Amino acid sequence: MKKQKKLAGLQKRKAISGYLFILPFIIGFLVFMVQPLFQSLQMSLSDVKISPEGFKSVFWGIENYKRAFVIDPDFVRLLVEEIEKLGVNTLAVMVFSFFVALILNQKFKGRAFVRAVFFLPVILSSGVILGVEYDNALLSGLQETIQENANDTSITLVIQHILETASSGNSTVTRLFETVFDVVNGIYDIAITSGIQILIYLSGLQTISDSMYEAAAIEGCTSWESLWKITFPMISPMLLVNLVYTIVDFCMRSDSEVMDMINQQMTLFMDYGFASAMAWIYFAVVIVIIGISSLLLSKVVYYYE
Amino acid sequence: MNKAATKTRKENDFWERNRKSEGYLLKKTAMDIGIRIVRAILLFGLCFLILQPILNKVLISIMREGDLYDPLVVNVPRHVTAINYQLAAMCMDYAKTFGNTLLISLTIALLQIAVCTLVGYGFARFKFPLKGFWFACVLLVIVVPPQTIATSLHLHFRFFDILGIFKLLTGSTLNLRSSVVPYYLMSAGCMGLKNGLYIFLIRQYFRNIPFDLEEAAYVDGCGTLKTFLRIMLPDAKPILTSCFLFAFVWQWTDGFYSSMFLGNIKLLSTSLQRLGDQVGTYYKEVLQVQGGASVGYTNCIIATGTLMVITPLLVLYLFAQKGFVESLSSSGIKM
Repeated sequence: MKKQKKLAGLQKRKAISGYLFILPFIIGFLVFMVQPLFQSLQMSLSDVKISPEGFKSVFWGIENYKRAFVIDPDFVRLLVEEIEKLGVNTLAVMVFSFFVALILNQKFKGRAFVRAVFFLPVILSSGVILGVEYDNALLSGLQETIQENANDTSITLVIQHILETASSGNSTVTRLFETVFDVVNGIYDIAITSGIQILIYLSGLQTISDSMYEAAAIEGCTSWESLWKITFPMISPMLLVNLVYTIVDFCMRSDSEVMDMINQQMTLFMDYGFASAMAWIYFAVVIVIIGISSLLLSKVVYYYE
Repeated sequence: MNKAATKTRKENDFWERNRKSEGYLLKKTAMDIGIRIVRAILLFGLCFLILQPILNKVLISIMREGDLYDPLVVNVPRHVTAINYQLAAMCMDYAKTFGNTLLISLTIALLQIAVCTLVGYGFARFKFPLKGFWFACVLLVIVVPPQTIATSLHLHFRFFDILGIFKLLTGSTLNLRSSVVPYYLMSAGCMGLKNGLYIFLIRQYFRNIPFDLEEAAYVDGCGTLKTFLRIMLPDAKPILTSCFLFAFVWQWTDGFYSSMFLGNIKLLSTSLQRLGDQVGTYYKEVLQVQGGASVGYTNCIIATGTLMVITPLLVLYLFAQKGFVESLSSSGIKM
């Protein structure tokens, strides 16, 4: 009887110290996250007027949301484009980083160097540098013109041309080809956004024991088969992590057009209500996409333990 | 003589073995070599793809303005000069901003990782009511785009107050907009740049440390805090280093939080964003050139500035590459 009471006391004490450990997070979350979230939700539902004395907001229901969906000419179009890009980009990053992780997990000379190069974008493609990079596109545009004038036709351009003429007439195929060409052209963007994903895949690949592959090889399994029968299921938990990370990373990147528009409304036109409404719509869409896609993917995920 | 003999014997051996295996060995070796060649080409191409922009920037940054428009100059400059660096350094006020950035990034990263370690440890090692709920909140923090709450936070710091205490004492709320305090406060509350991610990673690491270690410490009379400091922290060094490095580097290049919550302090990231305009102003007002600097040259200066911002990070990466990569890849991130 007494012993049990003491045990309960210990558990209680541990619970209290647990709360003490996460106390900074709780305070920060309440003050810097919940409160602003509610405030921006409230703003999105009202007409915010700025005067020298401060802010005045008048509640007017879902007017801002209506404006975003029905009246504003750009928002819906930008949002749909963004979602389309998100789909293509996520797929490309997932496949690319998986493929690169498979290669980087093999043994070859200079592996340390190649790994270092592939994780370099984690540092270099963050924050303002990416933004500056895009502003710098002008210079590369200049180079492109020079190259075109220099009359050298590359083999890829020829192939692209052939494929496009061959598929003309069938609009879905043309569209598909265009998407593929876009992805191939944007391979640099994909390579510099998949640093962390490669790392996560690698960490998964390293936990697969060699004995599994050996056993499979003895049973007559080719390496192609063991890729799909062993590597893929074993790494599937990482698929989920990477999917969520890629989507979040994509939606928060600094050159997202929707984000640009929201920031513009906020800083240029001082229309806080409308900006908040758009931000909330965007946020809700992202959450829904993450939810649906991870639900779909979690059907494939296989936990070994 | 002897060597040649062994060599021929080896070759004979190979063909002998190939014959015995009915051509299988030859096929396998050829396949192996083929795969190696394809892999080498692929990796070379991809590495070049990633490194090319940096190399390009390095070359552009040592070109004179004339070389930029010279059709004969593609990559290798004709006139090597350091004047671009001088101009970029002057426009960015490099020495001062560098010091500021170093100080801010170091202190912020230290603070963030210290707090995130506490929180991550709390989530990994203790059972308490509503734990699932709070962890869901951490995941929410990862997912919410900071832009959603930025405006309201901005206002929050403009009229800052804690439960009305300051208003009671001084008669007005505090204006923290032009100081660095807001971001330190946010970092102390785990709401800085990507802090949710650090909590997640650190928790993941602590979860994998065997519980026996902790039990033994408790049995020997160690308190909760002492166990954490003496037993757990030394064990978690690798993940803490890599999280610290990430925090440092991401803070270094961050533009959003820096411009929103760090007031008017001059940082490398924010001055890099303004560099183009700065160069234009310098040309117009100091050198009295009508129309400012040309577009090409402005871009050249921006490339130089970018290089100057990332060089310290590159050096750090060279020395601490293991810290960035190894611990993360061994922590086994799962959901």
